[in-house]
Parts: sequence; C-alpha cells; structure tokens
Amino acid sequence: MIPYRLLLAGLTLLVLLLFAASLLIGPAALGLSESLAALLRGEGGPIVLVMQEIRLPRAILGLAVGAVLGLSGAVMQGFLRNPLAEPGLIGVSSSAALGAVLALQTGLAAAFALALPLAALAGAALSVLLILLLAGPRGGALSLILAGIAISALTGAATQLVLNLSANPFAVMEIVYWMMGSLADRSMTHVWLGLPFMAAGCLLLLTSGRALDALTLGEDAAQSMGISLRRLRLSIILGTAAAVGASVAVAGAIGFVGLVVPHILRPLVGGQPSRLLPAAMLGGAAMVLASDVAVRLIAPDQDLKLGVLTALVGAPFFLHLLWRMRGSEA
Amino acid sequence: MTLLSLENLTVRRGECPVVDAVTLTVAEGEFVGLIGPNGAGKTTLLRAALGLLPFTGRSSLAELTPAERARKAAFLPQSRDIAWPVTVEAVVALGRVPHQGALSRQGDRAAVDRALARMGLGNFRARTATALSGGEQARVLIARALAQETPLLLADEPVAGLDPAAQIRTMQVFADLAREGQGVIASVHDLGLAARHCTRLVMLEAGRIAADGPPTQVLSDPLLSRVFGIRGHHAETPDGPVFQPLVTTR
Repeated sequence: MIPYRLLLAGLTLLVLLLFAASLLIGPAALGLSESLAALLRGEGGPIVLVMQEIRLPRAILGLAVGAVLGLSGAVMQGFLRNPLAEPGLIGVSSSAALGAVLALQTGLAAAFALALPLAALAGAALSVLLILLLAGPRGGALSLILAGIAISALTGAATQLVLNLSANPFAVMEIVYWMMGSLADRSMTHVWLGLPFMAAGCLLLLTSGRALDALTLGEDAAQSMGISLRRLRLSIILGTAAAVGASVAVAGAIGFVGLVVPHILRPLVGGQPSRLLPAAMLGGAAMVLASDVAVRLIAPDQDLKLGVLTALVGAPFFLHLLWRMRGSEA
Repeated sequence: MTLLSLENLTVRRGECPVVDAVTLTVAEGEFVGLIGPNGAGKTTLLRAALGLLPFTGRSSLAELTPAERARKAAFLPQSRDIAWPVTVEAVVALGRVPHQGALSRQGDRAAVDRALARMGLGNFRARTATALSGGEQARVLIARALAQETPLLLADEPVAGLDPAAQIRTMQVFADLAREGQGVIASVHDLGLAARHCTRLVMLEAGRIAADGPPTQVLSDPLLSRVFGIRGHHAETPDGPVFQPLVTTR
C-alpha cells in the first residue's frame, strides 16, 4: 500500500497540475508565459481579462466544488456506513436546485446576476430546517436518510412542476441546461459568494473524522466511546448544507463525484474514514478540474456540460470497479 | 470500590417494562455473568446502564458526560459491525478514541499491543478485519474494548459464535481482568461457562432480577426450572464447578 503521506502529496501535486491546466487551456489560445504574466499583472488588456475574469474563477470554482463533493461524499458514506451514500442524499442538492430553478423561472436570475446562487443557498437553508425538524432527536442515521429521501422527492417534484407549467420555453431550456451542471461563464463574484460557505462547510465536515472512525463499529459502540451522535449529525447536516448548497449554487448539480471519488480512494487509505476525508477532498478537486479541462478539449464549440461528463465518465468507471469487486465479494 | 450502581433502573417499551426496577452494583474484582432466557432484558439492561437508552431510575454511568463515561466503562455491543475494510490494528486502536489527548501515542500503542496479546491476535495485526471469519472478528472487537482500558467492561454476549478454545480464553481474560482489580459484567448464554468463570451471577427473569449471588447458589434447580425451564447436571471437578443443561422442564 502507498504510504498515506505520499498519497496525499501525490494527490496535491495532481490537483496543482490540473489547476494550472485549467488556467492554461481554453478557447482563447494564449501562450504559456503571456497568460501566466497576465494572471499576475494588474492592468487591463484582453489577455489579462481572460485570465483574471474568466479562467481564474473557473479554476478556483472547479477546485472548490470538487473538494466539497469529494469530502461530503466521504463524510456521508462514513456516517451512513454505506459506500452507496452520496452528498445529495439528505436533500440539500435538490432543494438548492429548486431555489435556482425558481430564480430562473421567475426571471429574477436574468434581472440580477446573483439571484440564482442566492436562491439556491436559500433552498439549501430551507432543506436544513426541514431535515432537522423531520429527522428526530436521537441522532440515528436511518431517520436522516428517510427525511432526506422525502425532501429530495418533494423538491424534485416541485422542480418538475415548474418545468411542466412553465409558459416560457426559453426559461425551460435555461433550467434544463443549468441543471446539467457547469463551470462555464462564472465570475469572481460567484467565487466570493460561494467560497466562504464551501470553506466553512468543509471545515465543519473535516472535524468529523474521529467520530466517523468510531462509527465504523456501529452506533452503540461509537456512543460508548464517548462520541455524541447528535452533535455529529448536526455538524454533518450543517456542513453538507453549507458546502454542497454553495457548490450547487455556483455550479449546478454535478453528479457522481461524491459517490465515485471516496470509493476509489478508500482502499488506498486503508479504509479508515478519518484518513479518507482529506484524500477524497483532493481527489474530488482533481476529478472536477480534470473533467472541466476535458469539457473544453473534447468539444470546444459545443458547450459540453461538466455534470454530463462526470456522470458519463464516472458511471462506466464505477461499473468497472464493481466488475472487479465481483470476484472478492463473498 | 463500586464501579457501577443501578437503582430502580426501569426501561419501558411502550407500556411494558423490559427492564423492571433493577438495583445492582458491580465492584472492583468482580466478573458478573448476566444470565437469563431470550428476551429477559440483558441487552436492554446493559445499554440503559450506559445511558444509550432512555430509562427511569438511576445509573451511575449514565450520570457522567459521554467523554468521562468512555474512560470509566467500555462496551462491547452484541452486533459485530465493522463497516470498512480496515486493519485489525486500526480496529483495536479505536479503543483509544476516548483517551486521545490524555495519553501519549506510545501509551496508546502499548494499550493496543496488550489488548492484541490478551486475545491472542498478535499475528493478525496487519490483516484486514472484514476479511476475517465471524469468530475472529468477534475476538478483534473484544480486543478493541480491552484496549479502552477502563475500570469497568460491559460485554453483550462476548463469547457467542466463538470456538471452544476462544470461548474459554475470552472468559479467562475477563476473569484475569477481575483478578487484576477491574470489573466485568457480561451477558452469557452458556451457563456452563458462566458457572465455571464468573465470580457472581445475576439472573434476569422478564426484566427483574430473579437471583444474584455466587454461581452455585444462582444455578439452583428450582431457579433454573422456573426461569429457564431446564434441568441440568452439577458437579465439582478438580478444574472447578461444572454445569451441563440436560432437559427442558416445560
């Protein structure tokens, strides 16, 4: 097995390389040295504009959204002790999506650029209130999943209803494209809006490592070792809502990252949830940055959506893993 | 010194009391076997004593904060969950979770080594826990509880599913802990093992304590017939007392 520190160092290096690639690859063919110089230079000019206002926010958001999805997927799998869990399970993603869809449908998003991410954040916040109300006081995992499924179903249906009743075909188109998830045409404003929530959520989620380790042995054993399941569940709900809610707000729904990345990295960290968290964070960032670069390389003129690509690449990869697991499963 | 004291501990499921006004103390040096037929309330009693279930009455452990309690009492649940493919050593090291910050890393490692040695798991250290057999996993989980190195150990059916040698070894480990001054309370279905190794037996019948005392006294024919519906053979051997259930009486 690869030593843990080496794995983290390798993943960090990979993320840095992909971050650089994300900065350097795009439809405006810029030279390596001039684009790097433009990134650091203060004054205007088209190259500076492309680098600082288009590519830099896109790369930062790719990094942040990927880290959020990888980390929250690892936390959710650890908390539910189930490798099939993913960040959307507690209903945050679909509620945030509903908020965004309402902003698009009502035309608020067109009137005011930040209306969409703000509405998505409001949707995520509402889902947290609902889930805390529904999930009961004792801190078990099952009530949380069921509450999450109910909220996802309800908000999903509401989104469908908006599409169904929409009289405006342009709004419908916009909603459908938005829901595919993308990092194209995001500005530094999106970064400043989303990043604080994502960072705060990640910090909260990263504190759960020790409790998740103890949960490996079941809820009773964890509690007997002094872990407060109520506090753990609260920090997971709040952390996921802030981080995933903000990521949906700025990038839409990007599927499969939160499911696949922890799954790939788990064997490499020896299975321990606390070790998986930082690794999945880096792995998620690498996967989203790589996919976002790939989107630009595969179909530069087609505006291929990031969420479509992650699912398109993620699902067969997942099938491949399952195929290999088939032999070892008793 | 008293390690656990329960006063009128009652747990209700709906209206029906599953554990009914149990008063019990466990002191240093005692290895208490908790016996009783299925549904007598053994598991519920152990979980409520730790404060994992809502109850009325009093439990000295449930009055502590979770962190304090985890340094006073370790618990081995009946369900043997190991959710992720971690190494045996990593599972056993989880027993040190309540002590983090309190002891040095070397102290933690030494505790893990002692627990592995006690359960005869030295050679399993680097193996993946989920790839072991059920009985081996059970021993790993016992070692986890031992690594917590608490004054009191509560174990729910620790020897179920173990092979005879591992059953005897586990009971001996618990008896050793009691001799070294710790306290152990373990629910046991094998009355022969309980008679042989425990210093004291507590017999539960429908949530109430039917008998509490030395094994020979608790495993009397009238009590066994009334509570368990069985009759058995008692003998004193050079290796200690022997009890073998023989026939059902109802």
